[in-house]
Amino acid sequence: MNNLIEVRNVSKAFGGVVANDDISIDVPEGQITGLIGPNGSGKTTLFNSIVGYHPIDSGSIKFKGKEISKIRVQQIARLGMLRTFQQTRIYANMNCVDNMLISVPHRNAKFFDMFKPYPHELHEQAEHLLEFVGLYEKRKLPSGDLSFGQQKLLEFAMALMNKPEILLLDEPTAGINPTLINGLIDRLKRANTEFGITLFVIEHNMRVIMNMADTIYCLAHGELLASGEPEKIQNDQRVIDAYLGAH
Amino acid sequence: MLDNLNLLVIAPFLNVQLLLDGLFIGAIFALAAYGLALVWGVMNVKNLCQGEYVIMGGYFAWYIGSKGIHPMFAMPVAIVGMFGFGWFIYKIIISRVVEKDMFTSLLATFGLAIVIQQGLNLAFGPEVQVANSGYPTHTIPMLGGSITVAEIKFYSFLICCALAGAVIFFMKTSRMGQAIRATSQDARAAKVMGIDTEQVFAFTYALNAAICGAAGVLISMIWVIQPFYGITHSIRAFVIVTAAGFGNLVGVIMAAFGLGVAEQYGGFVFGAEMQQATVVGMLLLVLIWRQVQMSRYRQAVQ
Amino acid sequence: MTAADERAQEVATTAEPTSRRVFTFNDYMMFGAIVIFGIVGPFLFPNYTFQIAVLWLMVLFAQTWDVMGGQMGYNSLGNIFFFGAGMYICTVTQIGLFTDVGNYTSSSDGGSFQFTPDQYYIGVAVGLVFAAIGSSLLAVALGWIVFGLRGPYFAIGTLGIALGAGELVGAWEWVGGGGGIPIPVYPGSGDGKSFFYYTLCFGAAMATFLFLKWLYSTRFGLAINAIRDDEEKAEAMGIHTMRHKTAAWAISAFFLGISGGLFGNMTGFIEPLEVAFPAPTFGLFMVAMALLGGKGTIWGPVVGAILFHIVKEATWTYFLGWQWVALGVIIIVNIVYFQQGIVGWLQEKYPHWFGIEVEARNAGAKRAAE
Repeated sequence: MNNLIEVRNVSKAFGGVVANDDISIDVPEGQITGLIGPNGSGKTTLFNSIVGYHPIDSGSIKFKGKEISKIRVQQIARLGMLRTFQQTRIYANMNCVDNMLISVPHRNAKFFDMFKPYPHELHEQAEHLLEFVGLYEKRKLPSGDLSFGQQKLLEFAMALMNKPEILLLDEPTAGINPTLINGLIDRLKRANTEFGITLFVIEHNMRVIMNMADTIYCLAHGELLASGEPEKIQNDQRVIDAYLGAH
Repeated sequence: MLDNLNLLVIAPFLNVQLLLDGLFIGAIFALAAYGLALVWGVMNVKNLCQGEYVIMGGYFAWYIGSKGIHPMFAMPVAIVGMFGFGWFIYKIIISRVVEKDMFTSLLATFGLAIVIQQGLNLAFGPEVQVANSGYPTHTIPMLGGSITVAEIKFYSFLICCALAGAVIFFMKTSRMGQAIRATSQDARAAKVMGIDTEQVFAFTYALNAAICGAAGVLISMIWVIQPFYGITHSIRAFVIVTAAGFGNLVGVIMAAFGLGVAEQYGGFVFGAEMQQATVVGMLLLVLIWRQVQMSRYRQAVQ
Repeated sequence: MTAADERAQEVATTAEPTSRRVFTFNDYMMFGAIVIFGIVGPFLFPNYTFQIAVLWLMVLFAQTWDVMGGQMGYNSLGNIFFFGAGMYICTVTQIGLFTDVGNYTSSSDGGSFQFTPDQYYIGVAVGLVFAAIGSSLLAVALGWIVFGLRGPYFAIGTLGIALGAGELVGAWEWVGGGGGIPIPVYPGSGDGKSFFYYTLCFGAAMATFLFLKWLYSTRFGLAINAIRDDEEKAEAMGIHTMRHKTAAWAISAFFLGISGGLFGNMTGFIEPLEVAFPAPTFGLFMVAMALLGGKGTIWGPVVGAILFHIVKEATWTYFLGWQWVALGVIIIVNIVYFQQGIVGWLQEKYPHWFGIEVEARNAGAKRAAE
């Protein structure tokens, strides 16, 4: 089994605050990997380091064996690694279909591909994926008019449209109506199995992550606290302490 | 051009002269730039009519000077007048663009700049003016007479320092100064804490206009004013704030001195008619430098 | 909405292509009206041929500004740079093809060099092509400097470029310096000249419109809209943002370069500050017109430019020197109180005219809540 992402000894500090300290993580291909930890434990910082939002202080980050800790967000995205945002980001003034269409992969885009129209298949694919996340009825509405939960679903659908090899999801269930969460878990799993997309998920909702993930990493105070299968993590005293605030 | 460079090498005292002139003029730039940084930091308004406020202040001095009164007496008048004008502009225009996106404030103040320019042009005509302070003839010889400093430049430098000191003192100690600093850190939090941010914004904007007005009075005495010279002052303020970042007073002062000196050298080497080009060149250089700096953080300049 | 309604709507929406930028009946009517006015205008108002020609240039200005400002969210204050650059490139080409530029520009009467009609027309044709291409290349080169800048820094940086260019050209003696260059004289009557340039101006404006209409229907249109809405997201999705931004600016510059070449020939004399790089007038007009009409829409800049130019030409002389003050006031009022512009306002009010769907119940309430 190959590791898609290999994080080795990554440290990152903001001013005097050490957000990540000597962290090593593997994300194996084809699986769902979870990343948990209390607020402020450095999960999003690690995500941002991986996808190229800011430079890291030391260590190495490899994607499919290629060092990516020096290159920029767009280049990393075009390698096939995509992320969604904690604060959902969509193109608010465009309708849902357009949001989907613009999300097609740009990996092999030639210069003059910019000026091509969208073929019919892409329209169909966009509508199919919107149906997959349950937004088909709303496909022509400006996406800014959708509710927060619907925007999250749209962002997820856009990510699928991009056909990434790996998808980094930052709290996919935050702000989603609890009754919809099961549906979302189901869709995430199907994205993993049917579309073959490796998932790397930050999640606060223990029930969700325990249900989904094959492997879980737990961060606390910027350090890697524990890793392993869900059952192991669930029963790890250090993890429980970290969540309950004991030190 | 090469001749001029050569001259600088042959006659080193010229460098001292340019440096001194740069410092004297840079001190005044620092005032306007500090005002811009204040408004930018507190209410996120990019005030593109900064230079016009400076020129307006200058016309106060020129007008009073032309009545036979020493233009220095225009200082309190200009400060009070510009404060009132700034407050008025805030109430009718700026208060409505504070919440909008950045381009709105930029363009609204650009429109305002045109109104002020043309208004001044109608009122005072397009001639280049100097407020007659009577001091330019009085000079202070230095280094055994090889360089001279007009007394008025020296006085204006002292006044500049006094003004800056007063503003800093005000910001540090007064109730309003603290409210302004709190608002600049987080306007929403300040509002929740019971600070009347609307009042703070109005005061900040008016204070900025007053600072610019004071700077203009000095400019009109040691340099020249003309209705359309404002844009260059605005760009200077932007160059300084971009280089120093707002909220960094020492940085603003150093950048202002740097710009003043660079302009003096630019004017000397390339000729006085290239002055605006020098300022714009400095702007582009600073912007490029900022981009290189930010790209190391994998970020854009915003 | 009943189930039957929904099904009916379903049928209606699947029947038409899903692209949102379909040209509706209204659009064809509007375009037809403009073309008809463009053709009969100079015959109806023969004394105003020059003004109507400038009107088409204004339409072109507003449209090209909107590529960046409206569709891509990069508000440039310095697009006038390409107008001036095109003007100088075109003029220098027209002269340089047949005689020595330095000699020509150094004497006040153009070195008493006479262009034959053939030379004149070849010069204009080649000059316009060079102006368009040269301006685009300048846009690509400058893109490296300014596209790392966002928001206010971009606006100020581009303004700086336009202001600096005027100063630099003013100091460049080979192209006439601050004194300017007299343009080769049109070989024919005054009426012939105004008709000739009228046709070119009208053609350029229409070509711009049709090109942009096509452009916005391709992937490019969506991509620059995405950059406008959220550039960080666009980067995170792997869109070649730099490539799109550079191309958008080069396209603006292409048409602006042509307009500059035309305007220089129409006025007959060019100089850097008032004619070629007038940032406080034309440079500001293009922004004001696009905003007045409604930025980010295909018709907004056109409507805004026509309205602005007609009102300006009709009222200018009655202001008795206050016209510039009035202009500034108009811009401020437009920005502060009427930001969405005419077409933008119509779009909010009657979205179905533009083929935009809204959720009637929620949309309004959501906006009100925000």
